[in-house]
Amino acid sequence: MSIVIEDLTKKYGEQKAVNNISFEVKTGEVVGFLGPNGAGKSTTMKMITCYMSPTSGDIKLDGLSVLDQAEEVKKKIGYLPENNPLYTDMAIVDYLRFTAEIQGVEKSQISGRIAEMIDMCGLGVEKHKKINELSKGYRQRVGLAQAMIHNPEVLILDEPTTGLDPNQIIEIRKLIKKLGKEKTVILSSHILSEVEATCDRILIINKGRIVADGSADTLRQQSQGQELLTIQIEGGNGDVYKSLLALPSVEKIEQLDGKDGHYRVQSKPENFSRKAIFDLCVQNKWYLMEMTGIETRLEDVFRELTN
Amino acid sequence: MDKIWIITKRELASFFDSLIAYVLITIFLGLSGFFTWLFGNNIFLMNQASLQVFFGIAFWSLFFFIPAITMRMLAEETRAGTIELLSTKAISDVQIVTGKFLACLLLVLIALVCTLPYYITVSQLGSADHGAIVGGYLGLLLLSAGYISIGIFCSSITSNQIVAFLISLLIGIFFQILFDVLGYTFRGTFGSVFNYLSMRTHFDSLSRGVIDSRDLVYFGSIIVAGLAFSQSMLSRRNWSA
Repeated sequence: MSIVIEDLTKKYGEQKAVNNISFEVKTGEVVGFLGPNGAGKSTTMKMITCYMSPTSGDIKLDGLSVLDQAEEVKKKIGYLPENNPLYTDMAIVDYLRFTAEIQGVEKSQISGRIAEMIDMCGLGVEKHKKINELSKGYRQRVGLAQAMIHNPEVLILDEPTTGLDPNQIIEIRKLIKKLGKEKTVILSSHILSEVEATCDRILIINKGRIVADGSADTLRQQSQGQELLTIQIEGGNGDVYKSLLALPSVEKIEQLDGKDGHYRVQSKPENFSRKAIFDLCVQNKWYLMEMTGIETRLEDVFRELTN
Repeated sequence: MDKIWIITKRELASFFDSLIAYVLITIFLGLSGFFTWLFGNNIFLMNQASLQVFFGIAFWSLFFFIPAITMRMLAEETRAGTIELLSTKAISDVQIVTGKFLACLLLVLIALVCTLPYYITVSQLGSADHGAIVGGYLGLLLLSAGYISIGIFCSSITSNQIVAFLISLLIGIFFQILFDVLGYTFRGTFGSVFNYLSMRTHFDSLSRGVIDSRDLVYFGSIIVAGLAFSQSMLSRRNWSA
């Protein structure tokens, strides 16, 4: 199920929480919303799930608009809100049954779906406990289970891994990846590694606008643009620097920390210097001790775009 | 209708799980039983096979109990954030509000059903006016429905249960007694308007066994207005600022 967002704007008073954003999510894509606190991630999700209506613009799920077909849209979405609110006085099984009934799951299938969810989210041991007796990690799983109980085509998960321990985080990520094969998933996070690990595509949102859109790799490349290498050459003398700079593909060279023979080489846009450097060393009988490409970390991309 | 019933079922179950239901029913029966049969102007003193005494007590005890039942309804959902969960499911705000209303009304109905032995006893003691008793029960039920509707509205305007409780008592006291007093104070049109607004006027006429469409319209409008306001408060997140 594809999601099309057109010129979406949401104002709280004078403040624009979401400012005229447009994007499309294709069926089967796992998209991560990334952005600093208050960037408009949750607001966008609340509008997709029909909790809030947009000030202007529209959201369409396979042509169904949130503006006038909200009931239909809501049936197709599974939503895990931020902070994972739950009816804490209910037992897990009762709560899942309640959700399934409200979402209009066929009576004959409800028990089967509940069993499936309990299995999928690893709730087996705890299933008759009340939700307020559960640890945070288990509550989060209940939150996921209730979002998926009616087998929705779209999953909207607002910070699905907050408050989980590292093992649980890995499990939830696995689960999301598994789900992402057949469903359209949008999740938000401000943890970069998480988005990188789970999402096919990343949207970076800042101050209500989309500032970057693409896979983790494309984002890195976009931000970096040029190849960056650290090299260490031994056996040369003063002319190493000059010869390197003379290479046609090299744009800039820095000597590292005053150490002899350590350089950082930046290539010209869309040029690669690894081979040329290697050949240069061979010609001059220098020893190439090290040559490492520097990857821009997603953190750097994020900071660059949102500061 | 299905969806409404799902909400109602959950709320009722939660009344009984959390003991609220048992506590309220016990206190209601205790109070009304004590004053009807044992204390003060009790049935034996009146020496009539009628439940007027009980209706008089229930008129006041329901007035205090109902805000205690309704205060949780939407205030707690807003506080805990579960309203977001509920609103994003395939259910409309109207259905949510109506489901909660029905749950409260059913709880009151259960409490009233528990007083049926009073009716049986009284009709054994002498020739009871069945019309008046049926009318009285209907009156209590409609009165409760009215206060529940007001209570749910009060619960929808705040996320604090205590505030919801106090506001619904405040609004309730106008319908319970103040409009009545004002009705006596003012003459002419004002007087009759206030008189019409008072719950007591309509409750009294019902508990005499007269089922008049004016009374039904009165209670009906309070219920519908309360629910409509609650529904629009629920969707206030979409009001453009």
